[in-house]
Amino acid sequence: MRRLVVLGAGTAGTMVVNKLRKRLGEQWSITVVEQSEVHYYQPGYLFLPFGTYEPEQVLKPTRKFIPEGVDFVRGEIDRVLPEEDVVVLADGRRVPYDYLVVATGTSPRPDQTPGMLDGGQWHRSVHEFYSFDGAMALREALRGFTGGRLVVHVTEMPIKCPVAPLEFVFLADSYLRRRGIRDQVELVYATPLPGAFTKPIASEALGHLLEDKKILLESDFMIERVDADSRAIVSFDEREVPFDLLVTVPLNMGADYVARSGMGDELNYVPVDKHTLLSTTYDNVFALGDASNIPASKAGAVAHFAVEVFVENFVQHIAGHPMTHEFDGHANCFIESGDGKALLIDFNYDTEPLRGTFPLPKVGPMRLLEESRINHMGKLAFRHMYWNLLLPGHRLPVPTLMSMSGKIVENQES
Amino acid sequence: MPVTTIAGHDVHVDDEGFLTSPQEWSPELARTLAQNIGIELTDEHMKVIEFLRKDYAQTGETATIRRVQTVGGFPTKQLFQLFPKKPAKKMAYIAGLPKPHGCV
Repeated sequence: MRRLVVLGAGTAGTMVVNKLRKRLGEQWSITVVEQSEVHYYQPGYLFLPFGTYEPEQVLKPTRKFIPEGVDFVRGEIDRVLPEEDVVVLADGRRVPYDYLVVATGTSPRPDQTPGMLDGGQWHRSVHEFYSFDGAMALREALRGFTGGRLVVHVTEMPIKCPVAPLEFVFLADSYLRRRGIRDQVELVYATPLPGAFTKPIASEALGHLLEDKKILLESDFMIERVDADSRAIVSFDEREVPFDLLVTVPLNMGADYVARSGMGDELNYVPVDKHTLLSTTYDNVFALGDASNIPASKAGAVAHFAVEVFVENFVQHIAGHPMTHEFDGHANCFIESGDGKALLIDFNYDTEPLRGTFPLPKVGPMRLLEESRINHMGKLAFRHMYWNLLLPGHRLPVPTLMSMSGKIVENQES
Repeated sequence: MPVTTIAGHDVHVDDEGFLTSPQEWSPELARTLAQNIGIELTDEHMKVIEFLRKDYAQTGETATIRRVQTVGGFPTKQLFQLFPKKPAKKMAYIAGLPKPHGCV
């Protein structure tokens, strides 16, 4: 009996066990280790604060998506002993493996910025929407917000779903207008990047959005601390951005057990080959989804495409053959722009988001880098696809590798 | 990509003047690049630049400020003193590496 152990039953881990249970024969045991009985649809967190989604729409039992023939071990991981091929749980249980998939994702860590978690304002005037509880607390805060400075802030890249903070600021603008109080609010977007948009073609196509919506941009803002008493975020170069309501995206980090196991980089991400997702140190360890250090967006779409490639490679790898499939960093994301519209972007490691149509040339029906209602409908419809097609491991009607079909090539950056 | 002449060498640059071929970089070029943005290179600057170059050679990515601090051992405050206002962008520019970017 050969043993595959998957750590984490989030988007990547759940897809992996569903796909591999179908592909691996009876001589394989598959175990998934997960500490939560609830599987959250994380893209839904963006909609909870505005009341677009209700809590029950973004959560289902974790076990519902674990197929028959896969052992579900509920527990907290203490560490992996990669030299001994064993996972040790916090309660002392040991789970030995022949092959390991690390898929425990990344989490917001407000404890890493002075004054953020420990300043006495957490979930009062300092909020986040990258966790279920955080999104629900923010929902109450927004309902009670009647005016002042609303600052949306990103601590540091990389973060999960890198466009989500921008989407939040667009949706907040829309929400405040609907409530008739937009004039009483100064909306600020603070980012450590040189701008809200940093890729040439997206900047050209979308750069006007902030100005149109009267959103102030505070770029190159590297936060040093939150001054909870004076209600301001303070940068390393001593800029102060005051707030009445702060919606921050805390530093994102991989799980602490990765660090304890000596398997992580400075942010607890597992270094892997960016095309095969195989650990650069251990020949029987892969890392998928947000848990790896690949230079792609940390997003479910990337996890989905990477898992498709990984499954084919894994079957070759365990048979002792070279891995012949290469992940290209493909990501495909809807960007909510407010007022029931959204944009769509499609890109990979080497190609920035371009204009054009998706998935079919000329026909679309989606247009890239352009606001439309159909994109927004697509984003909302995706929740059903996630629960019913993606997690159970069924194929979706989009190419795994990015296709240039339908894209307009212009001034390509090398 | 446009070609420009810096310190007597022809190099490929993008619209903002960032080198697009990291192998065209040299320490001598770094001095001129730094002067272009008003920085007089010292040994302290060069230690940071050399770390960035070495790390890029290993990872294929420009190190983030956090990585320069935790792996390179240069405190963030010091980076802001050496490369005022926009350290991530300025360090990348002088080191001849891609600047920090998001996905869009």
